[in-house]
Amino acid sequence: MSDPVLTDVERIKANSRHLRGTLTASLDDPLTGAIADDDTQLSKFHGIYQQDDRDIRSERKRQRLEPAYSFMIRARIPGGVMTTGQWRAMDRIALKHANSTIRLTTRQAIQFHGVIKKNLKTSIAAINQSMLDTLAACGDVNRNVMAPPLPFLSEIHRAVQSHADALSTHLTPKTGAYHEIWLDGEKVESLQPDVEPIYGDTYLPRKFKTAFVVPPQNDTDVFAQDLGYVAIVESGQLVGYNVTVGGGMGMSHGEPATYPRLGEVLGFCTPEQVTAVAEAIVTTQRDFGDRTNRKHARLKYTIDDRGIDWFRGEVERRLDSRLGVPRPHAFVGNGDVYGWQQDDSGAWHYTLFVQNGRVADIADRRLLSGLRRIATTHDGEFRLTPNQNLIISNVPADKKDTIAALLSEYGIENSEQATQLRLNSMACVAFPTCALAMAESERYLPSLIDRLDELLAKVGLSGDAITIRMTGCPNGCARPYIAEIGLVGKGPGTYNLYLGAGFAGDRLGCLYRDNADENEIIAALSPLFAAYAGQRRDSERFGDFIIRQRVVREITAGRFFHEGPADA
Amino acid sequence: MSTLAAGSIALPLDNEQLAQLHQVVAGLSAGQLQWVSGYTAGLAAADIAPLVPVTEPGNGLTILYGSQTGNGQEIAEKLADQARTKGFATTLKSLAEFKHTSLKREKLVTFVISTHGEGDPPDDAELFHEFILSSQAPKLPNLRYFVLALGDSSYVNYCQTGRELDARLAELGAERLETLVECDLDYEDAARDWSTKVLQKLPELLQAGKAAPHLRAIAGTSMYDKQRPFPAKVLVNQKITGAASSKDVRHIELSLEGSGLKYEPGDALAVIVENPPQLVEQFLSEFGFAATSVVTVGEEETTIEDALSRRLEITVPNLGFLRVWSEHSHAAELQELMRPGHQAELSAFMDSHQIIDIIRKYPATLRVEEFASSLRKLSARSYSIASSQTANPDEVHLTVAALRYNAFDTEHWGAASTHIADRISEGDTLSVYVEPNPRFRLPENDKPIIMIGPGTGVAPFRAFVEERAERDASGKNWLIFGDRNFSSDFLYQLEWQRYLTQGRLHRLDVAFSRDQDEKLYVQQRIRENGAEIYSWLEGGAVIYVCGDAKQMAGDVDRALAEVIAIQSNISTSDANLHLKELRREGRYQRDVY
Repeated sequence: MSDPVLTDVERIKANSRHLRGTLTASLDDPLTGAIADDDTQLSKFHGIYQQDDRDIRSERKRQRLEPAYSFMIRARIPGGVMTTGQWRAMDRIALKHANSTIRLTTRQAIQFHGVIKKNLKTSIAAINQSMLDTLAACGDVNRNVMAPPLPFLSEIHRAVQSHADALSTHLTPKTGAYHEIWLDGEKVESLQPDVEPIYGDTYLPRKFKTAFVVPPQNDTDVFAQDLGYVAIVESGQLVGYNVTVGGGMGMSHGEPATYPRLGEVLGFCTPEQVTAVAEAIVTTQRDFGDRTNRKHARLKYTIDDRGIDWFRGEVERRLDSRLGVPRPHAFVGNGDVYGWQQDDSGAWHYTLFVQNGRVADIADRRLLSGLRRIATTHDGEFRLTPNQNLIISNVPADKKDTIAALLSEYGIENSEQATQLRLNSMACVAFPTCALAMAESERYLPSLIDRLDELLAKVGLSGDAITIRMTGCPNGCARPYIAEIGLVGKGPGTYNLYLGAGFAGDRLGCLYRDNADENEIIAALSPLFAAYAGQRRDSERFGDFIIRQRVVREITAGRFFHEGPADA
Repeated sequence: MSTLAAGSIALPLDNEQLAQLHQVVAGLSAGQLQWVSGYTAGLAAADIAPLVPVTEPGNGLTILYGSQTGNGQEIAEKLADQARTKGFATTLKSLAEFKHTSLKREKLVTFVISTHGEGDPPDDAELFHEFILSSQAPKLPNLRYFVLALGDSSYVNYCQTGRELDARLAELGAERLETLVECDLDYEDAARDWSTKVLQKLPELLQAGKAAPHLRAIAGTSMYDKQRPFPAKVLVNQKITGAASSKDVRHIELSLEGSGLKYEPGDALAVIVENPPQLVEQFLSEFGFAATSVVTVGEEETTIEDALSRRLEITVPNLGFLRVWSEHSHAAELQELMRPGHQAELSAFMDSHQIIDIIRKYPATLRVEEFASSLRKLSARSYSIASSQTANPDEVHLTVAALRYNAFDTEHWGAASTHIADRISEGDTLSVYVEPNPRFRLPENDKPIIMIGPGTGVAPFRAFVEERAERDASGKNWLIFGDRNFSSDFLYQLEWQRYLTQGRLHRLDVAFSRDQDEKLYVQQRIRENGAEIYSWLEGGAVIYVCGDAKQMAGDVDRALAEVIAIQSNISTSDANLHLKELRREGRYQRDVY
């Protein structure tokens, strides 16, 4: 039953006067901790999600009280690069207005949870004061632009980061609503009408994600993005990028028309063309993306519906030039490299494992306090990784020991006990705050890994890296469909288990078990681990082994995710 | 019988009223019709309370839905539209809005209900689902029903909620009109077929069931009163303050079924209570009395334990007790307090001490008989009724704050409130009778009202707003509520929000004292909104105040006087006179305690 009517969100955007809606009135309403329904769509564009504590949702209903509403605020940090001063500002907000934790996201942003309505404005103002912002951290726009966080090749990385920054700035919405509502800015709307030169009045049909990457690490998971730039380095010089399009994780259970899809290479562009190419791609999606069905609105469906050649033609027409022929590139993995690393300028960087990105003081592991302390002694940067970890960056050689001592004092240094499986794990937030969660994720994955680690230890695989990712719903925030072990929440305590994805995030996994509970997951993986330990070829990755053994079908394209060619 | 045609002549009824009237009189004999005409004429002349409630369910189709994704709601809405188009009186409600206990008055209900996750009901049906499966669910011999179940067959317990509902309704005696239809994610065709079937059956169902509406008399006397309290079954004992609250406030629903008890909004319910057993224990051990020692209370002999538990007041001290105690204890301090001229100190002392505190502070040795006779009889506790009987014919609701606190290094309990909160569970009974409060009454339907009710003082206003909604009263309702914290103490928050959305409550101002550095109370909201309060008063509004007498009532009174003084530019003493005049006219009514 196809319905040509525009979605409700399109109506809300169109009537919002460039994202104003009735947000100001909603914030002032003392009778509810929520904002008006329509405003909950618009607040996302301002980096704010309305949530409620789902642990007590039914208890509150019985108490004739509205849900315990609070808000998640996402701060946008292109490439995840922030000064330690900015970190200290975020730390203060977390303690004063949020739940005393900072959540590092899978897209190099940070999130505050549990901010109640009356503290929203103060929190957003404080974020802005630190020279970060939340505009376009969520919503139907280009969101936080990702870039590789660990500067091995410092010159190249610096250039890539500057391209990411420029692109981010170029695609930031131009509405004055943000300043008006959150920063008590002048009412620009009444003086002159806002214009969104790139987005237009209704912005994009759906969210849009962009990442840069420098091979051979695919740490930003470039294939999971709507738009990707793969740096091509020849003779030590950044000559340009292979441009990838049409990646995206989200799908809905039981709706085969929805599927995760990996980005594909569209062509090659020079560094000078980066922003223009992005604009041509974004406006093509703006004009041709499906605005009648939000489950079919991402760029991946536009491309699959119309074909990559059509898409390239449209982009080149808008660009008024042809894209170049893609250059060869290769990836080895999509994880982080832990511990101390030295870049080619001699500076040191420490990649700190942060389980599921949750920065909090938990028992002896005082991550929040420790990072606060380090942020006061170290005046370099903190870099947030796409794997929910944090890099203490640009440490001069003579400061290395000080930082190391602090890491140990607060009990937060990378533990030698952490197995490779744990170091290569990610989980989304899910319960109790995420409205979409169908199953636990962040609160559950660590204990599941305990059990899997026992299995791996038994067959001697503790030292082997296997990627495992869990999400509480099929929207895929933690990119589970490109983890060698992907677990996607189906209902309380049950998950779909996907296997066979590429270690470098370059092949989708395939459904292996539906609706499995913990024991079924263990039972499914146990023999596969044993077989892998006994029969793998030299340095063969777990996902590759699964495909070679035909444990599952090889997924060659997103549209074959649910069912595909029989010979695959 | 000829058909009433709308629009042909200028009728005083609108189309909907006309349709209702038509439905009511359809099928009546000539004699019955004449009786009805006389009856309605009598109503008009005597202005008596109508015999027939405004909305009596069960004479049309009721469609109830529980929907997680909106699909179920859509199906239900479409069906409602189609049924209305065909001329059937149709009520459409989400299960969240539907009053569970009124199911027993329904005659024909169509359920559209989804299942989500592992067999869970959708959020909006969660409480209904729990209710219908519980032992509280009433017998439903008059109900006939259809169920359409929605689900996702990739889950094991697909359509579970629909199945449970369907089976349970039958078990409760309701008649299943069609086999349960289960729909998967591709529900459209199955749902359409099902809707068609329901629509086809409607003419026959509603024709056959179209009996004269059930008449219910308001007047009449109950065999239960103060002398013979009614043992009311506790239907609900629900804490309504959030987990983080410093208070424990309970919403209590009691069944009046079969009692014949009648009450009006503004009335109170007296509850026969028992004393906290921990406290009884403390008295026994304090004196070393054997629990079985025999004492005489009034004319009757009983054990001291029974007397202290059920017959004697052992929490709140009175003068008689103090007199006896000061004699036996020979405590100079106490005797001094009892002398004339120490009124204020004495009353402060009595406010701050329970009986147990006094006997500990000023020890004395009494025989068990002496002690028992020093105490007065335990009296019933009164609570402002929080429900409208028009809306809840067989129920009465209370809002009770459980009183527990620490003083003199020991735990203290309010006798009645903890009896209700801690010692009475759903299914138990409470003995009750109605205490009319004729000085706290709603005005005519078109008069605006301003209700000031912080804390549990909001209870009668829940009854007021519910009653006015039932009556479809045109007068505006303004509530000013206050408590400690927004997030946990906003009593009946969801109900107020719903009334606001429905246009049944027109204005709500709140003051939460502990959400900011400086304390903030209802009187501040009165001052801030002085101009509007005054203009409501000018428009004939009646002001009601309910709650704490010691502090709040006086603060509110001063704020109101101030508002009147400022707005009408008169002195404060003249404003006070004006307030007195309003009280005399019944336009400023208080129920403070």
